[in-house]
Amino acid sequence: MIRFKTKALASAALAFAFAGGVALAQETAEQPKPPRETWSFGGMTGGFDKAQLQRGFQVYKEVCSSCHPMTIPFRTLSQPGGPEFTEDQVKALAASYQVTSPEPNEKGEIFKRPGTPADNFPRPDGYPNDQAAAATFGKAPPDMNLLAKARKYERGFPWFVFDALPGLQYQEMGADYIHAILNGYTHPDDLQWNLYYPGHKIAMPQPISDGAVEYKDGTPKTLDNYSKDIAAFLSWVAEPNLNERRRMGLGVMIFMFVLAGLLYFTKKRVWEKAH
Amino acid sequence: MSGPSTYVPKSAIGRWFESRLPVMGLMHSSFVSFPVPRNLNYMWTFGAILSFMLIAQIITGVVLAMHYIPSATEAFTSINDNIMRDVNYGWLIRYMHTNGASLFFLACYFHMLRGLYYGSYKAPRELLWIIGVVIYLLMVGTAFLGYVLPWGSMSFAGATVITSLVTAIPVVGVPIAHWLWGGFAIGGPTLTRFFSLHYLLPFVIAAMVGLHVWAVHVTGQNNPDGVEVQNAERDTVPFTPYATIKDLFAVAVWFILYAWLIFFIPNYLLDADNYNIANPLVTPAHVVPEWYLLPFYAILRAIPNKLMGVIALLASIVVLAFIPWLDRNPVKSAKYRPAYRLFFWVFVAICIGLGWIGSQEPNDTMSLVARILTAGYFGFFLVIMPVLSFTEKTKPVPVSIADAVLAKKPAAAA
Repeated sequence: MIRFKTKALASAALAFAFAGGVALAQETAEQPKPPRETWSFGGMTGGFDKAQLQRGFQVYKEVCSSCHPMTIPFRTLSQPGGPEFTEDQVKALAASYQVTSPEPNEKGEIFKRPGTPADNFPRPDGYPNDQAAAATFGKAPPDMNLLAKARKYERGFPWFVFDALPGLQYQEMGADYIHAILNGYTHPDDLQWNLYYPGHKIAMPQPISDGAVEYKDGTPKTLDNYSKDIAAFLSWVAEPNLNERRRMGLGVMIFMFVLAGLLYFTKKRVWEKAH
Repeated sequence: MSGPSTYVPKSAIGRWFESRLPVMGLMHSSFVSFPVPRNLNYMWTFGAILSFMLIAQIITGVVLAMHYIPSATEAFTSINDNIMRDVNYGWLIRYMHTNGASLFFLACYFHMLRGLYYGSYKAPRELLWIIGVVIYLLMVGTAFLGYVLPWGSMSFAGATVITSLVTAIPVVGVPIAHWLWGGFAIGGPTLTRFFSLHYLLPFVIAAMVGLHVWAVHVTGQNNPDGVEVQNAERDTVPFTPYATIKDLFAVAVWFILYAWLIFFIPNYLLDADNYNIANPLVTPAHVVPEWYLLPFYAILRAIPNKLMGVIALLASIVVLAFIPWLDRNPVKSAKYRPAYRLFFWVFVAICIGLGWIGSQEPNDTMSLVARILTAGYFGFFLVIMPVLSFTEKTKPVPVSIADAVLAKKPAAAA
């Protein structure tokens, strides 16, 4: 008797839990999700495309950098796994910026000097601090050094489960989000309306459109290309060790699978004697 | 269980040492000759996995502390600019530590549910179980403190939500909150003390783990059939090589999962909002704890009254310490308790359901389901366990461990 009752009760509770879960999962806003693009740095073995990062840097330098700070040292631009500019290029690039020296000179004055590869990119000229930027735009343009990792969108059940699985894994939501935002200015009469921005009201007016940046390698000068290249570049800025991480990970995986296999057969051998 | 050590050192130096400090003998009786029930399944490898995770967390944590700066202005950049970009393999150590916390909890949940399923909390292992609950509480505390250290916006929001819980206490609540914060709001002093405690607690955990291991070596391990060892010769095998090699294999498999997280999806379990620096003026749109604390967060939010919510939150963990006396059924293993087994799986589903709700924005339907599931969570311990103690019709339990093992393979003996 008790058996029957407990079984019925338990199944009822389970059914209720599932029904509840499904009802809750269906509750999504009309906010469209960023479309999923293909990225060279996606998947299990992907890595950054040097040419794309160089184009992305150009977009940052000519467009984004007028408002957005990006606190990374110049020298990282020549590191392996990144845009891999030559050291001379980086030196020349750094020297083209005026940076504020962290130490005063012998007269005790804070002074500006040409940058060196060890310096960080300086803040945009017009906005020496976040408050100044916020006073102009209503909201300070975020630092781009971690932007690609600091932005995500809800994947919801069951997709977030698949996103973790080998072969299906999806970690490029930040890049997709940035790409979508740049393509989301679909109301020509309202430059601060964005299809993909939560709530649609975005502080950043449309920053870039077709033809705004002169690519030197013949890549078509379209908004789609600009937004993909800048999203890829910002993904590298946020995760500069991705290429090395994947490479090391593959080695670790192969080693561990062999080790686990050997341990398994050793275990079998040892336990044979016990039964 | 272990009895007096039969360890005899082979070398003269070993004998000299052993007669003055029998450390090697202790090691030998604990990890070599210690009798292990021969019917243990892979759920019994989580002790070794958890030891591995604790050591991994302490080593990576000590290295991170060499580069981390516990200051409200520099904490965020010391991690995200210095450790993640400039320190040699800093990204690796940092991803090991953050994902290690998640896998530590995952292994801990397997370990706890195994104990719950096979009745490992019952006599004579009540103290062993209670020490485990204490370790779990310490782990929750350590994880919470550690989550604040990156000083991202979710760190700040989490610290605000959790430390503000004490303000629910009448009269003294607010002064206690100020005392915890080291000021009138969360700020630099809060961060430095959290760092200090985050460095301290893992060693307290290690000490408690020592007691936990000591206790299990006194009572011996429980096993899937839940019958005690009667004849060491027939029912057990020596820890080395049998348990050692099995544990090693299990740790290697666990490490594959760990490496997958570290190298391929390192930010999967992290909150994107925590890559934005803490700003007291900007609260994240959606404050959520890490996945391993979501069920408790759901219980906290399910109760409309703040003080009662805090009490429910504490009770949801503390109740675990009492289950050796809530479940009085003499049969240990759920293998021989069909009704308990069913409710066990319902309980697991409830915990997952609560976790899901904890991750969602609260609304009316959600709160209602959260309340029902909270009632189910406590109902499992406070109603189902006592009721099944006396009413459940259990299946016949094997006479001994050896009988249980032999029953599984009838043809082999003939």
